Amino acid sequence: MESTATQFVPPRRSVAVTVRDFLQYRFSRWFLLLVTACFAVIFVAPFAWTVSTSLRQPMESFSVPPQWIVLNPDWSNYVQVFERIPFFRQILNSFIVAIAVVVGQLCTASLAGYAFARLEFPGRNLLFWLVMATMMIPLQATIIPVFVIISRLGLANTLWALIIPALPTAFGTFLMRQYFLGVPKDFEEAAVIDGANQLQIFARVYLPLVTPALAVLAMLVFNGMWNDFFRPLIFINDPYLFTIPLGLNDLKGYMATGSISVVLAGVTMSLIPVVIVYIFGQRYLIEGIMMGGVKG
Amino acid sequence: MSSTASRSQHATSHVRRSFNPYIWLTENTLHGMARRKALLGYLFLAPTILGILVFTAGPVLFSFILSLFRWNVFTPPQWVGAVNYTRMFADSRALTGFWNSFVFVTFAVGLQVALGLLLAMILQTRMPTWLRYTYRTSFLLPMLMSGAATAIVLGYMLHREFGAVNYYLGLLGIPRVPWLTEPGWAMVSIIISYLWLSTGFTMILFIGGLTNISTEILDAADVDGAHGFTRFWHITLPLVSPTLLFAAVTGVIGGLQVFDLPYIMTRGGPGDSTRTAVMVMYESAFKNMEIGYGSTIAVVLFLIILAVTAGQFGLSKRWVFYQ
Repeated sequence: MESTATQFVPPRRSVAVTVRDFLQYRFSRWFLLLVTACFAVIFVAPFAWTVSTSLRQPMESFSVPPQWIVLNPDWSNYVQVFERIPFFRQILNSFIVAIAVVVGQLCTASLAGYAFARLEFPGRNLLFWLVMATMMIPLQATIIPVFVIISRLGLANTLWALIIPALPTAFGTFLMRQYFLGVPKDFEEAAVIDGANQLQIFARVYLPLVTPALAVLAMLVFNGMWNDFFRPLIFINDPYLFTIPLGLNDLKGYMATGSISVVLAGVTMSLIPVVIVYIFGQRYLIEGIMMGGVKG
Repeated sequence: MSSTASRSQHATSHVRRSFNPYIWLTENTLHGMARRKALLGYLFLAPTILGILVFTAGPVLFSFILSLFRWNVFTPPQWVGAVNYTRMFADSRALTGFWNSFVFVTFAVGLQVALGLLLAMILQTRMPTWLRYTYRTSFLLPMLMSGAATAIVLGYMLHREFGAVNYYLGLLGIPRVPWLTEPGWAMVSIIISYLWLSTGFTMILFIGGLTNISTEILDAADVDGAHGFTRFWHITLPLVSPTLLFAAVTGVIGGLQVFDLPYIMTRGGPGDSTRTAVMVMYESAFKNMEIGYGSTIAVVLFLIILAVTAGQFGLSKRWVFYQ
């Protein structure tokens, strides 16, 4: 295709060229969609395999070929999970820890985020950057001293050990601050004129306006706590106080020579709450991750 | 506001007010409001700042101090100076751990960023909404699974004899791959599992970055004759480079911390081939009860993360393009 600088000459195309271009376009598009479909299958297959294998007969649980659609599902695998490990108790523990940390972080993060965004006081910027800097610190660099502190407080091997150290959150503070900054100042001025005090302005005016941010934080934190493995592994050694990931790891050990269907039944059950949370709040989950990335 | 004892009963005296905390705080003036705001600010920050001091910032310093002691929890700690550090640099197990972490992070983060960007760009192309939605959901689903569950499920699927993966590779005529039983392959398996688990996260980051690029720029590039790969390399990539930096930085920080996948899938084996630095730290501190030595590894890991992050930000001036 040649075009001069002075005038636009529409390219003359023969029918053959048009057909070729069309095919090329179509072909590359279909090829792309096909590759994407392959990726999608790879990403979803382990879920499908987990659910279908969790329903297979114990005798054939680990035999190939994999059976993707189980015609005679065996629900006894699910019952077995509860017989092998105190799974009911562990589900309860996971819920207690996840919900306590979600509620706690919503409180600490919305208070701190509001202070950084909307209240003026000496040293605000310095404190903000100090808090942000701690986001770089990996969990592993602090876990040993935290373990020492928790043990000294007599909280080792209690659920408190999983809850208390997780309450302060630099990321949550950052997230809430960003949302509070997005609320126009006019709201505050209007409230002052109406005679509201600072606490009322925070609780009645600003907090209701950032409910989406609270949802974002709640989702991310719930997901993270529900799936956490490292901290429970270190702080808890009583199976009755395990959270689900530790329980599953135990179950895998018990069933090393038994039926993997039982283990996969446990995995399937562990997924139910996070999947439900995802279905209702995927918008918030995606938004939260993007918010984190915006500052890059 | 000096708090000299209030002798005067007349708190409202205009000449020289004595200090009355109640009035100081409730005074209905601009000054009073500013004071209340500042006080409220410190009050609101207190839980977070205190918590971070006790559970994050303090422990980092405490880790460093512990690394100079020998301590097994049961007897009092014993000052040893830099002995733990010299020991670490002679400990082949620890060095292997750091090397494994390095190999893992290099491949895992590189592939994670590339794949995340690719998937995000594919999702940006024209396709029916339901298809885009289905694709996006399927790429995001693994994010819901815990590292522990992933390690269990993929560990079974990658089993040499009975795993689904080798079964389907067999149908294609590929002989059985010793996924978890041979050192090199074990590392490959851990990296694949990590990619499966974490690429969705990176993809969302890139979707965010790509939507910020105005279509006008891309259309202008098209008109100027930049299509396909040329356009990607010279237009899209520079415009998405801030996200690229963020994904790389968080990827390295996250990747260096990987624990549950190798811990459950391979227990660090075969041999020490998938034993990461964090696993060596965990075993030293919490299995062998060498708190000091474990802290040493934690400190070195932290310094490496700091150095790599600083290096990434330093180098970023050369290639990151801010609009």
